[in-house]
Amino acid sequence: MLIELKNIVKNYDNGGVVTKVLRDVNLSVEEGEFVAIMGPSGSGKSTLMHTIGFLDRPTSGTYLFDGENTEGFSDDELARIRNNRIGFVFQSFNLLPRTSVLDNVMLPLMYNNSKANQEHRAKVALEAVGLGERLNFMSNQISGGQKQRVAIARALVCDPKVIFADEPTGNLDSKSGSTVMNILEKLNKEGRTIILVTHDKQVALHANRIVTIRDGEIVSDVLVPESERVHSKEIKDDTDL
Amino acid sequence: MSTLLKEIKTTIKDLLSRKGRSFLTILGIIIGVAGVIIIISLGAGAQSLVLGQITKLGSNLVAVLPGKSNENGPPTAVFGVQIKTLNLSDIDMMNDKGKVPNATEVAPFVRGNVTIVSGHENVDTSFTATYGNYPRIQNVEMSKGVFFSDEEGRSGSNVIVLGYDVASSLFPNGNEIGGVVKIIVPNTNPSSTESSNSIPFRVIGVQKKMGTVAFQNQDDQVFIPFSIGQRQILGIDYVQFARIKVNNNLNVKSTMEDIKRVLRYQHHITNPDNDDFSVRDLADAIKLLTSITDTLRVFLGLMAGISLVVGGIGIMNIMLVTVSERTREIGLRKAIGATRKNIRNQFLLESIVLTFAGGVLGIILGVLISYIIALGARFAGYDWAFIISPFAVILAVTVSIITGIVFGLYPALKAAKLDPIVALRYE
Repeated sequence: MLIELKNIVKNYDNGGVVTKVLRDVNLSVEEGEFVAIMGPSGSGKSTLMHTIGFLDRPTSGTYLFDGENTEGFSDDELARIRNNRIGFVFQSFNLLPRTSVLDNVMLPLMYNNSKANQEHRAKVALEAVGLGERLNFMSNQISGGQKQRVAIARALVCDPKVIFADEPTGNLDSKSGSTVMNILEKLNKEGRTIILVTHDKQVALHANRIVTIRDGEIVSDVLVPESERVHSKEIKDDTDL
Repeated sequence: MSTLLKEIKTTIKDLLSRKGRSFLTILGIIIGVAGVIIIISLGAGAQSLVLGQITKLGSNLVAVLPGKSNENGPPTAVFGVQIKTLNLSDIDMMNDKGKVPNATEVAPFVRGNVTIVSGHENVDTSFTATYGNYPRIQNVEMSKGVFFSDEEGRSGSNVIVLGYDVASSLFPNGNEIGGVVKIIVPNTNPSSTESSNSIPFRVIGVQKKMGTVAFQNQDDQVFIPFSIGQRQILGIDYVQFARIKVNNNLNVKSTMEDIKRVLRYQHHITNPDNDDFSVRDLADAIKLLTSITDTLRVFLGLMAGISLVVGGIGIMNIMLVTVSERTREIGLRKAIGATRKNIRNQFLLESIVLTFAGGVLGIILGVLISYIIALGARFAGYDWAFIISPFAVILAVTVSIITGIVFGLYPALKAAKLDPIVALRYE
């Protein structure tokens, strides 16, 4: 089991007013799965993803990652896990401005223990998302779809076990969105675990399993029958031509 | 090591991508460092100028002043106290070859301020009354005529040697030699009915233009025989100070001891603690002057240092703005694995690179301005040395780097403490 959450509770304390964001969540994800976490806004799906992604610590409960109990981990240990075992893709890309595509992808390697072949590894990651030719473009000179693909390459560069994608198509048009989903599917087929947070059913249907969360509780957890799954094609956006 | 170099390179690239702002950020540091460099350079230049002029007076001179004074402190006369413990019989004793064998010349001095009149012209100036051996003790160059002789100096003839500026004021037409000038003597005797009287002098020499030596304009003074200045103009019977020329530099210290022995005998002093005179050589004067100018330099340097602190606060301000502007970037860096230490070092490095650059630019600016000032001073006729001490440069760079660390630390720690989720959500 790659991810195992047991009785995870997350409370936010806003000056004495305690908001219960996650109430007793239990969730297991096996290696190689493609899981979509769905829910309306305010349901706690982002908090759940932040907790699974070690950006946030649960108030109580046990989190086993790759069989390891992460409860007593220090901030530095969590940073190391985020660096080389997890990749993040955000809705708003979060690329560094005034920085080349290649340097953006190389950024996680700056915090990685293995310093060898940084440029080569970044190039391999960019080729995997079909941007092997745009290494020296500045991050503000490329289209939104390309930005998200750079972000995926950045998530891939340290060869993580799992990729977290938080509304990866939220800021994209349908063509670019479909290219991005196509890449995520491809990565999943190669054996990488994908955890996708979305409120869009069509996007969620790319996954093989949909977990629905409402008011901090998991209300449904179903496998998607192969017949209902949506598969995106890679659509070249205009700027790629 | 190579990663640090790479990070420095990345930081420089990053800072250069916002040149205008980076420059404004370090402007305070540039000015502060330039200030320190200029002050230290000018201080050293001025010091070497003054010391050079003093050394020109001759390093084998010994001065005797009335009144006891501390070795390194200023003479009592500086405080305006008139001490009458030195007189002409002391001078005669010092002139005694049997008692002070290595003294080649001994001259007594009195000085004062007078008004000199020639025809319709009159000028306020200072006079020095001394013996005719003065030119053999100190460097005197005449443009016209001669200095008064030993005989004229001792007998008190009514002859006068004019400084360059005095001569040109009193004799606009230039025929000074043989001319007669009058020195107006304010009447110090209350029983006399006359408010003042005047003494005529025959001009026998005019000095060459000498400029300012040791803070004193050498062209704005006149020389007259000792006894006239002492008795007739000042109406006193003591000597204000004496200068003694020693035959050889190596004999200066022994001659000073000889003089002290003679004067103690003359003044019936058995315990040196009760000395009513002080004997100094030029080395003492140089030491005193150096200590004064050094203090001044340290003080001015500190003033410039304060501007460095102000510059540092400017850096801190901008770094705080930068941190809040780049909150999302910090969040992202943390999400992809940066530790607190990574983030802290990133911002600390940025402020150190900034202040270091400010230090280097400040040094360049400071050296440039110091050089221009040196050129200006030379153009104005001073024998000015352009001095940049490596100490000042090292100090400036060190202080600017320390400024970067001190004032960059708080913003950097603030950045490092940011919660990744809060930072990622920050708009």
